[in-house]
Amino acid sequence: MPTYAGSPASRPGDVAGVLRLLAFLVLSVVLMVLDHRGQWLQVTRAQAEIAVQPLWWLASLPSRLGTGLREDAVTRNQLARDNRVLRNALLVSGARNARLQASAAENARLRGLLASAERTRLDVQLASILDIDLDPTRQRLVLDAGSASGVSIGQVVIDAGGLMGQVTAVTATTANVLLITDPDHVVPAVVARSGVRLMVYGTGRSDVLLATDIPLSADVHAGDVLLTSGLGARFPAGFTIGTLGALKPDDSRAFLQGDVMPAAQLDRGRDVLLLRGYKPVPVPLPVPVGKPIPERAP
Amino acid sequence: MSRGRRNGWVLPVSLLLALLLGLVPLPETLQPLRPYWLALVLAYWVLEEPEKIGLGVAFALGLVADLAFGGMIGEQAMRLVILTFILDRFRPRMRFFPLSQQAVAIGGLLLNDRVVGLVIHLVLGAVQLPWTYWVSPLLGMLLWAPLYLMLDALRLNRRG
Repeated sequence: MPTYAGSPASRPGDVAGVLRLLAFLVLSVVLMVLDHRGQWLQVTRAQAEIAVQPLWWLASLPSRLGTGLREDAVTRNQLARDNRVLRNALLVSGARNARLQASAAENARLRGLLASAERTRLDVQLASILDIDLDPTRQRLVLDAGSASGVSIGQVVIDAGGLMGQVTAVTATTANVLLITDPDHVVPAVVARSGVRLMVYGTGRSDVLLATDIPLSADVHAGDVLLTSGLGARFPAGFTIGTLGALKPDDSRAFLQGDVMPAAQLDRGRDVLLLRGYKPVPVPLPVPVGKPIPERAP
Repeated sequence: MSRGRRNGWVLPVSLLLALLLGLVPLPETLQPLRPYWLALVLAYWVLEEPEKIGLGVAFALGLVADLAFGGMIGEQAMRLVILTFILDRFRPRMRFFPLSQQAVAIGGLLLNDRVVGLVIHLVLGAVQLPWTYWVSPLLGMLLWAPLYLMLDALRLNRRG
C-alpha cells in the first residue's frame, strides 16, 4: 500500500519498486473485477482448473489415506464382530450336530432292536424306559407302556443284545420290569455250544450275572454263550443271556461257578422290546424235563 | 547467506508443499484456523533469497493459489504481492531481528493480509469470512520460528 512505500530512505530503486507494486496491484484488481463481474474469464478458469487437478489430487492424498486406514480399522472391527458371531453360530451348530449324532446313534440302536425282533420272528412292542432303579437290592425298570397298551405281567423284555428281564407289575400306563440282574431273579439257561443246562442268578450288579452249580465234569468253558433254555415256561428258549467268564470252584468245592457278562445292555439305552404272543405260565407248573418249549412264531 | 552448499530444490518444493497444505481438506471447525502456509513460506524466501523471489513470482504464485483454492482470481495474487512488497521494504531490518521479534512482525503482516482480504471482499461485495478466520494469523505467528529453522536447515544443508 502507498502508506508503506513512504519509507525513510527514498532511493530510485524504491520508486521503481513502488511502480512495480502498483502495476501488479492494478493487474490483480482487474483480474478480480473480471472474475467477479464478467463471464468470459470462466473459460480460462475452467482450463486452468484442469491444470491444477493434480494439486488437488495430491492435497487430498493424506485424507484419503486416513479414510482408507479408518475404513480398514472399521473392516477389522467388523471382521472381529463377525468372527465372534460365527463362533457362537459354530457352537450352536456343534450342539445341534451332537444332537443329530445322538439321533443317529438312537436310530442305529432301534434298527438293532428291530433286527433282533426280525431274527427271532417274534411280535414285539417297543417301550421306552421311564425310570431305572439300579440299586443292588432292586434291579428294576419302569417302562412307559402299561396295560392300556397291552402289556401284561410276565411279558419278557429284551433288547438288541438279548434278554433283559420280565414284567412284574403293570398299571394302566406303566410297567415294572424285573431285570435278570436283580438278586431275586433266576433264569434257566443252556450253554449254546454243548447244551448243558445251568441256572443264572442275578447279582444286583448291572454288569454281571452268576452261573452256579456247574458240575465239575460238565462241558462248560469260559467264553461259552448262554441262552435261555425255555425251561420253566417263563422265558422262551433261544434268547442270549450272556457270555460265561472264568470258572472257579464254589464254596462246597463240588461244583463250579462263573460270572456271566449279560448280553443285553442293561445299564444303557432308552428303549426296550416287549415280547408279545408268548403267554408265560403265571404259576410254575411241572414241565416235562428235557423237552424245551418250542419258540413261538407270531 | 553464502556459507554451506545450498539446496536449490528446497525453494520450489517448499512452495508446492505450502500450496498443498493450503488445499488439504480439514474438518469444518478447523478450517478457519488453517495458517496461511503460502504466505509464511513466501515470507521466508523473500527474507532469505530476495534475488529469486520478487513481486512477479509472488503475483504468479498468488494466481496459481487462486486457481487451486477456487477463490476469486487475483485476490491472493494481490495479497501476496502486498505482503512481498512490505517484507522487501523491511528486509534489512528484519534480517537482524531475533526470531521472536520476527515472528511478531510476521504475525502483523499476516494480520494486515487479513485486512487486505477483508477490504477486497468489502469492495467487491463478496461473501465475508467468519470471525474465526482472524485466529489464523496468530497460528502463523507461532509457526514462524519452527518453519524458519526447518527451511534454513534444509536450504543450507545443515542437520539439526
